[in-house]
Amino acid sequence: MNDVVIPSRNHTGSVHAAGVSIKDLRKSYGSNEVLKGISLDVAPGEVVCLIGPSGSGKSTLLRCVNLLEQPNEGTIHVGGFEATDLDVDIDKMRRKVGMVFQQFNLFPHLNALRNCTVAQTKVLKRSQAEADNVAQANLDRVGLGHLADRFPDQLSGGQQQRVAIARALSMDPELMLFDEPTSALDPETVGDVLSVMRNLAKEGMTMLVVTHEMGFAREVADRVVFMDGGVVVEEGVAEHVISSPTQGRTKEFLKRVLDPTHIEIAE
Amino acid sequence: MAMTARQRAKVSLYIQAGIFVVAVAALILATDWKTVGNSVFNFGKIGPMFPGIILVGLKNTLIYTALAFVVGLSGGLLLALMKLSTFPLYRWIATGYIEFFRGVPALLVFIAFGYGVPLAFGVSWDVNIVVMVSLGMVASAYIAETLRAGLQAVPKGQMEAARSLGMPMWRAMVTIVIPQAFRIVLPPLTNEVILLTKDSSLIYVLGLTASQYELTKFGRDGISSLGAGLTPLLVAGAFYLVITIPLSLLARKFESRSARTKR
Repeated sequence: MNDVVIPSRNHTGSVHAAGVSIKDLRKSYGSNEVLKGISLDVAPGEVVCLIGPSGSGKSTLLRCVNLLEQPNEGTIHVGGFEATDLDVDIDKMRRKVGMVFQQFNLFPHLNALRNCTVAQTKVLKRSQAEADNVAQANLDRVGLGHLADRFPDQLSGGQQQRVAIARALSMDPELMLFDEPTSALDPETVGDVLSVMRNLAKEGMTMLVVTHEMGFAREVADRVVFMDGGVVVEEGVAEHVISSPTQGRTKEFLKRVLDPTHIEIAE
Repeated sequence: MAMTARQRAKVSLYIQAGIFVVAVAALILATDWKTVGNSVFNFGKIGPMFPGIILVGLKNTLIYTALAFVVGLSGGLLLALMKLSTFPLYRWIATGYIEFFRGVPALLVFIAFGYGVPLAFGVSWDVNIVVMVSLGMVASAYIAETLRAGLQAVPKGQMEAARSLGMPMWRAMVTIVIPQAFRIVLPPLTNEVILLTKDSSLIYVLGLTASQYELTKFGRDGISSLGAGLTPLLVAGAFYLVITIPLSLLARKFESRSARTKR
């Protein structure tokens, strides 16, 4: 869509990207072990897509990185923080980690601009004027500067998700987590959200993306990680993993995703 | 010729309306209008109730209700948060409190606070304080349950989004979750105010002085002094409607608004 015009990084300055280092991460719900010892490194500025069937643990892994889920074992380092250190200042760490949800989770009682300013003023203690400027710049960045005074229920799903991205960017994060950002969208609005994410990747943001958009993963991701049953089955350069997977489970999954008519039992 | 289903339904409605009209007519005919007129609709003798019923009765009812609502709302919010706490002791205290004060008649709570507490601690309370504390404590039990439902109706993702932006738990509650919860419970909360308005009539048990009379006590006082039978109570009742009907309309407005915006 032509309202998505993303200026290069000069709006908020260059991105200061952080890396992620995950070692032997385990997470169970009761007796159900969802993550069975995951290790994953993401370099600063790298874009990694997590793919895999539902229930494979990829969303849980993502949510462990900013401690929305508490891992049982293993370590996670994010930038200068050790997330799994019991003494870590969670709130301080989360300011550096932007999160984008499948269901957007915009604040329905605040308009788009206030969605982007509320944490700036309350958490970062920025002045309202400064927060407004940052928010407006980030709404412009996702192509929605002209809708700043709209409330979430006056926006389409794709627009809401782009506001949610602007909201996260307004905190000047060093890492962005995306949890199936396009799965709840009408097909015709998916492209706008993906192009915002593509530009973010170009600007050098570290991104960890749980997605089913194989085209996006192939084009934008530096690396693709295929998970199944709580373990990393295969990982590597996006083009290689998607076009010529080596593991049986990866092949089976990709066949189903890339050619959905072959699915015998709908999920 | 047999009727269609739609015709039968129509006839059935006419029959129901007919029964209703006959019942009302029978009641009107059976009423001893002369006696009732003297003791309930005797509006000729109620002149002395004005303007006192407005300047004292209505005013005090509004004041007592407002004071109790302030206590009930803050207490109710605290209890609701306690009930949703992960710390079991808080949940137990809140549950015990709510069950107790919802379970006993407000009248008994007034007596306990109006007579029991002053005896126990050797203090004498201003009537405003007694009303505020006792009616407020009863109200907070009801409001707590309403607010708890509202807080739980806010999607979990709201808290997660707020925390992901680096907000501490309390900040996310105050800035993101509680405002949305209030929006959701505005209609039932308005109903709580209506109930509270009527419950404030029970404070007559505290032995009020004339300047402390609320609407009901003012009406009861009129029964003994005006010789107009129960008419003063009827007038007092009408003034309750002056308060509660606008509140009902307000609640309905909130309801239709939230239905429209689906928030």
